[in-house]
Amino acid sequence: MNAFFAIIHRDLLLVMRRKSEVLTALFFFVVVTSLFPLGIGADVALLRKIAPGVLWVAALLSTLLGLQRMFAADYFDGALEQLVLSPQPLVLLVAGKIVAHWLVCGLPLVLIAPIIGIQFDLDASSLYVLMGTLLLGTPVLSLLGSIGAALTLGVRGGSILMSLLILPLYIPVLIFGAGAVYANSVGLDSTGHFSLLSALLILALAFVPWVSTAALKIAIE
Amino acid sequence: MTATTSHTSIADYVLQAHALCCVRGERQLFADLDLQVHAGECLHVSGENGVGKTSLLRLLTGLSKPESGEISWKGQAITMDRSQYHRDLLFLGHRDALKDDLTALENIQMYAAIDDINLTQEQAFSSLWRFGLRGREHLPVSCLSAGQKRRVLMARMATRQAKLWILDEPFNALDVNAVQALQTLIAEHLERGGLVVLTSHQSIAIPKVKVLEL
Repeated sequence: MNAFFAIIHRDLLLVMRRKSEVLTALFFFVVVTSLFPLGIGADVALLRKIAPGVLWVAALLSTLLGLQRMFAADYFDGALEQLVLSPQPLVLLVAGKIVAHWLVCGLPLVLIAPIIGIQFDLDASSLYVLMGTLLLGTPVLSLLGSIGAALTLGVRGGSILMSLLILPLYIPVLIFGAGAVYANSVGLDSTGHFSLLSALLILALAFVPWVSTAALKIAIE
Repeated sequence: MTATTSHTSIADYVLQAHALCCVRGERQLFADLDLQVHAGECLHVSGENGVGKTSLLRLLTGLSKPESGEISWKGQAITMDRSQYHRDLLFLGHRDALKDDLTALENIQMYAAIDDINLTQEQAFSSLWRFGLRGREHLPVSCLSAGQKRRVLMARMATRQAKLWILDEPFNALDVNAVQALQTLIAEHLERGGLVVLTSHQSIAIPKVKVLEL
């Protein structure tokens, strides 16, 4: 377990030393979501209606921005080999890297979402639901993304290939995440959406670290 | 064959490879290669560029799989108990695997945590000082020269407590003093009953060197 926290600590420390990479993803989220109200104008009813979809799509895309970085740097400087050769199970280290990625790319989105939501005139209960869905959904994005990042390691033009591989897998999260906010805003019950998002998260937690580990071992060979 | 006993004596530390065959793409690099390294021995793999030295080292670490043949450590195939093998193994490739944005000290401590070793701050400092990095412990590794980065790696070798060292071109980019320091480090390791497999283009002044010509 020590190694799990060590790798999280290491990745967060690396991010702190090179803040621009993280801030890029966060600013992307802020800018893209701000462009919609500016472009559409002050049509409050329309903005409220598109808000869940826009926020969620922006969250997907900004997660993608940071994904390429998840294993690539370690792959190119040889650190990944050292991780594979560690006495600790590789899956533990991979899980640590995924957690670090979420802390850097997912959690800030959850925290900033309510402020962005105000631009779309979302009411308080919608904002709570939005934060809840992001809290459950963004870890799934990091988990699924790690598969793509591992599979495209060392491939030329890997980032575009990764987007094509991963975005279709994000569709269920998008549907239930945006669906919950929409359902809540029209007065429907959103617990079903939350249950399904939680189920996705549990499923991803149970399988994805092993899949990514297998993909990494192939990439190293 | 080695008897499986609860505690391993020094004679049990043997790295063996039998009938190894390595294929890269369409080309067969080597076939039917046998080797044996005992405790206290150093195997110097030499040969021209592209002859398969690095490929052989990667096979020995288990990073890649041989086309045929098997590799065993302490009489047991290395694929059987990877975690135990990795505990005994230190591999340094031709990339330094140091994080440029972290300081030398942080790199050493980070690898100690990942390799599951208890390393106190004093031990980390003294290992860095031993290899001439006094005053540079808190500099990001990106500010160090290529030779100084190799010195950080030497500090890691000294703190890693592994039995088997597999080193790919460890003498690259080192000045005369550093070459001497590394040879001393390797000789000490051999004296303690360690094993070393390394590649190098220069001849090395270490006792008990076996040369394997690929």
